[in-house]
Amino acid sequence: MPAVSKGDGMRGLAVFISDIRNCKSKEAEIKRINKELANIRSKFKGDKALDGYSKKKYVCKLLFIFLLGHDIDFGHMEAVNLLSSNKYTEKQIGYLFISVLVNSNSELIRLINNAIKNDLSSRNPTFMCLALHCIANVGSREMAEAFAGEIPRILVAGDTMDSVKQSAALCLLRLYKASPDLVLMGEWTSRVVHLLNDQHMGVVTAAISLITCLSSKNPDEFKTCVSLAVSRLSRIVSSASTDLQDYTYYFVPAPWLSCKLLRLLQCYPPPEDGAVKGRLVECLETILNKAQEPPKSKKVQHSNAKNAILFEAISLIIHYDSEPNLLVRACNQLGQFLQHRETNLRYLALESMCTLASSEFSHEAVKTHIETVINALKTERDVSVRQRAADLLYAMCDRSNAKQIVAEMLSYLETADYSIREEMVLKVAILAEKYAVDYSWYVDTILNLIRIAGDYVSEEVWYRVIQIVINRDDVQGYAAKTVFEALQAPACHENMVKVGGYILGEFGNLIAGDPRSSPLVQFNLLHSKFHLCSVPTRALLLSAYIKFINLFPETKATIQEVLRSDSQIRNSDVELQQRAVEYLKLSSIASTDVLATVLEEMPPFPERESSILAKLKKKKGPGAVSVELEDGKERGELNGGGDRGVPDLTNALSTPSPSADLLGLRSAAPVSGAAPSAGSLLVDVFSEAGPAAASAGVNDDGFLRFVCKNNGVLFENQLLQIGIKSEYRQNLGRMYLFYGNKTSVQFVSFSTTLNVQTKTVEPLVEGGAQVQQVINIECLTDFVDAPLLNIKFRYGGALQNISLKLPVTINKFFQPTEMAAADFFQRWKQLSQPQQEAQKIFKASHGMDTEVLKAKLLGLGTALLENVDPNPENYVCAGVIQTKAQQVGCLLRLEPNAQAQMYRLTLRSSKDTVSQRVCDLLAEQF
Amino acid sequence: MIGGLFIYNHKGEVLISRVYRDDIGRNAVDAFRVNVIHARQQVRSPVTNIARTSFFHVKRSNIWLAAVTKQNVNAAMVFEFLYKMCDVMASYFGKISEENIKNNFVLIYELLDEILDFGYPQNSETGALKTFITQQGIKGQFQTKEEQSQITSQVTGQIGWRREGIKYRRNELFLDVLESVNLLMSPQGQVLSAHVSGRVVMKSYLSGMPECKFGMNDKIVIDKAGKGGVTNEAGKSTSGKQSIAIDDCTFNQCVRLSKFDSERSISFIPPDGDYELMRYRTTKDIILPFRVIPLVREVGRTKLEVKVVIKSNFKPSLLAQKIEVRIPTPLNTSGVQVICMKGKAKYKASENAIVWKIKRMAGMKESQISAEIELLPTNDKKKWARPPISMNFEVPFAPSGLKVRYLKVFESKLNYSDHDVVKWVRYIGRSGIYETRC
Repeated sequence: MPAVSKGDGMRGLAVFISDIRNCKSKEAEIKRINKELANIRSKFKGDKALDGYSKKKYVCKLLFIFLLGHDIDFGHMEAVNLLSSNKYTEKQIGYLFISVLVNSNSELIRLINNAIKNDLSSRNPTFMCLALHCIANVGSREMAEAFAGEIPRILVAGDTMDSVKQSAALCLLRLYKASPDLVLMGEWTSRVVHLLNDQHMGVVTAAISLITCLSSKNPDEFKTCVSLAVSRLSRIVSSASTDLQDYTYYFVPAPWLSCKLLRLLQCYPPPEDGAVKGRLVECLETILNKAQEPPKSKKVQHSNAKNAILFEAISLIIHYDSEPNLLVRACNQLGQFLQHRETNLRYLALESMCTLASSEFSHEAVKTHIETVINALKTERDVSVRQRAADLLYAMCDRSNAKQIVAEMLSYLETADYSIREEMVLKVAILAEKYAVDYSWYVDTILNLIRIAGDYVSEEVWYRVIQIVINRDDVQGYAAKTVFEALQAPACHENMVKVGGYILGEFGNLIAGDPRSSPLVQFNLLHSKFHLCSVPTRALLLSAYIKFINLFPETKATIQEVLRSDSQIRNSDVELQQRAVEYLKLSSIASTDVLATVLEEMPPFPERESSILAKLKKKKGPGAVSVELEDGKERGELNGGGDRGVPDLTNALSTPSPSADLLGLRSAAPVSGAAPSAGSLLVDVFSEAGPAAASAGVNDDGFLRFVCKNNGVLFENQLLQIGIKSEYRQNLGRMYLFYGNKTSVQFVSFSTTLNVQTKTVEPLVEGGAQVQQVINIECLTDFVDAPLLNIKFRYGGALQNISLKLPVTINKFFQPTEMAAADFFQRWKQLSQPQQEAQKIFKASHGMDTEVLKAKLLGLGTALLENVDPNPENYVCAGVIQTKAQQVGCLLRLEPNAQAQMYRLTLRSSKDTVSQRVCDLLAEQF
Repeated sequence: MIGGLFIYNHKGEVLISRVYRDDIGRNAVDAFRVNVIHARQQVRSPVTNIARTSFFHVKRSNIWLAAVTKQNVNAAMVFEFLYKMCDVMASYFGKISEENIKNNFVLIYELLDEILDFGYPQNSETGALKTFITQQGIKGQFQTKEEQSQITSQVTGQIGWRREGIKYRRNELFLDVLESVNLLMSPQGQVLSAHVSGRVVMKSYLSGMPECKFGMNDKIVIDKAGKGGVTNEAGKSTSGKQSIAIDDCTFNQCVRLSKFDSERSISFIPPDGDYELMRYRTTKDIILPFRVIPLVREVGRTKLEVKVVIKSNFKPSLLAQKIEVRIPTPLNTSGVQVICMKGKAKYKASENAIVWKIKRMAGMKESQISAEIELLPTNDKKKWARPPISMNFEVPFAPSGLKVRYLKVFESKLNYSDHDVVKWVRYIGRSGIYETRC
């Protein structure tokens, strides 16, 4: 190798790069690279040891080829060799190659780590920096494992150079971010905090990044940094622009450091120490004062640096939210920015003001800028700024300015960007509701909203209007009048038709007195829109029509005509067809009384959180929700289940369809105890029976199942499940009843009454929950009728009533008696009086399985006696029924006839009623 | 049908753009550049479908020719047309290069107007085109009206490829049989695949409208003749040895296909000048001119010993030319030492191969090269894929065994007979992809 004048200019590399750049085609480039790679391979392989310069040059070439997108699978060793060179440039290239190309090759990693360790322990600051940069660039776990202990030591060592300290701080930050578990907090933490006092501004800047990151994870350990940061900040802020020399950027002293300090302070609450706090407030005041000073330079960098500090300071003020004076000043400062030429400043000002508006101290101050903000909304060229302006208007709205803001937002809506329209609509709807003093104003606003931006009005918005109108008697008339007028427009939005249909259907009578809005006029007006609407709206209109029949009997003929027309009664849409048929039938069959009941005015909706608010939150995503909305959300979720029970517009009449599902509920609400399927509802329409009767039958079969067993499910329908568990000893028994709510809605005023004494149950059964009731039973004397259990509860609005026979039968008090054959027959003969015997011959209703029969007889409570009867096919049992009054012995004989599938059951006991009752009970079991 | 035709340079800049149908918009030009020319993958499909538009391309050196269509066209037709177009351009201005295309763009547009009409390929016979598309400026003033009408009648007539009234003092005929032989052989010498694709290229300088008849040792024709004629055992065996089985063949438009179908005889009225009479392919009884015997031995991780022997397998009197053996080397080669008895061998780092060149080699000879390759140990554990050793050569015979039996010329109107025509026949066998695995 001829001794070319050494230095940084590597001619070979320059030539190679220019060759590559001159290549005409990809193929030519690949050829050139192949040639170069072969050359480098032969050089590396060659017996002559390469000098540092050529090694550096070839490693550089390899790096270049790698960066062009080719695989490099050699040269790592040479790069590692370069690390041990004493020349800066060679070392630098070696580290560069390794930080770009290193892969987790174990042997090489060890060599590299070794070289890094050597450099770290050398006293040469540049080498140490190179090593630290390499660690940070690679940032792998292996690196962290090897050096996580070493770097903090370098960082806090007293004799470390400033530049090395900077690198060490940033390197540690990187390792901490990559593998936080390996960077252990130790005794160095407190000394790191003291780096804030370092003479060198660079070290402070680097250290503060590290501290901010660390303290966000463990704020307590770094608490002491607050006072240090405040004193550092005050020194910078109070210094003249010439004091800091190197760290003055366009006449602003240390802007980056100031911003970082302010950001660090935002990790902590306001300092408790009065002196520190005073100093900080002073600083913040100075920053605000400086913003007022005329700029020292016209350069954009100057104002950028200044404003960066200012905005961070304002963020801190908002974060503390405790200094009314500062908050107001910040607000005023931001107010100035609202009219600034710079779009970015206007954006930032609006954004910060949004947060300011939610603070009680500055809310009033923010409000003074309303004109400017409205102006921004109208004239701003940038859509993102307009969006912020709209947000701010929403945030600053309160009772005093609601009318103005809503009006402005409404008027802006006509020209608003499509991307923010839906959000605007929701906001207007929420503000209108929240600050409505006068509900006629509210109705006007929402109807206006639908008129202006109908397409963007979501279901929730018009659901909400209807909820409010229904719940408030005072606006109903006004609402009817207004919608009537609105519907007269030649083209009106479908949502308007929906609202109109619903409100006129409910409250059309309130304006029917006026000849201009007589019932027929109302009907014709609605019907003129009918054909332009989609199926769900048509369904709603049909329901409105049937309500008209109730409200105005004089329209009956007209409406029936409409319902009867082919386009309704033979409509291809099942929903419409069904409604038309049902309503037609209902209107012609039912008497006016029935109609009046069925089509009664809707009951008020239960008060609950607005569904619109929830929708807005969903749109904005989790981050952007303000605190106030946050807690509303929780409420909304709690009540979410409760929404279900609200009856549909058409009460129990129509199938639950999504269109009439006014409240935006997730699924169709079961209207009453009746099954929610369309088929069964169809039947209900024609039967006059109340829905409650259907479910209230007494449970005979459930009862009989429990003669021979003690545990199981006694009763079950769509709403309720009753489980039973019972135990008996002698003449005493205890029964546990479990009432399970199968719906997600709570049952209100739940009560059970028993013709026996019971403990009362909890009056509320939560959705999905189970309550338990214990009944203690004592058998006083023999009995025939089982106790009746009456269960009453409110599910949604409807009262549910269920009567059940409790499965307590005489046989439960059997005490089994073992006896020998002779003994048995002797007793059998003793009980030979005709009234003592009860006999039944019956057909088998189940199979004649021996084991099943045995199990049932045992379940009865008697003892099954083996080898007593001469015929092994027959079963013989004996037992004593324990009552408080007396004990009744009881013998039983069951003779199955397999051919005929018949049984003969004979019972003898000392008491005739007992024989009869047990015989009856048992006969049902086989 | 073809909706448009674009020619790009290697950077993807459009040199020629001719749109024949409205369904091809300007954006098609960019679509091809972005999706094909600038595509990341190295291997590109000749047919690319982008947004319901099909692009068919061929590449000549650094030039891309792309035909574009929105319809479901016959891809083979489009490629045939593109190749034809390359031939036409080559015959007008030689090599297809960016420079040549830029210098001749008027001519190219003129040609494109002529050979494609509303996307339908038209007459692309060079000879015919040259009569009315010329490079010598406006020749029209020298052309008489009769000549012009003659061109029209010729181009639109039944024999569009030849005009009447051609006269030569010396009637001459050149016939070249050009074959390329393709092979893939296992290291043990087993033939894995082999085929020959051949072309019969002619150059004719004949007067009048002669009728030619071409005969070769096609197995079907010879077997038929053998059956019809004397059935003697010896004759059959000799004919069986010398006849070849042609797998498939295509002909120039001048060949009467009906006659070929019925009698399997190739008769035609030849175009004037250069043309390709037929193309064919055979896969049976191929004479492999060279046998490559590789021997690769890995000595440790850092050394590789390669020995390659080539044997020529044809008559000793014949000479093969331009022999080149290409021995791939591993990607981590750091040095190569080569020893060869004959020719020159060199390690070409840019191609990762040892290239061994021999100028001439007679038949039934043997030659050998041995090389020592030093390797650099790498971090990669990937094994070398061992690409096959490939070979190039040129031999003066047809490896398929094709022989021209006769080429007869009949011209009834003019007074020259078959014997007066001077005929030249030449056989050239070249290597196609001729590879041996090692």
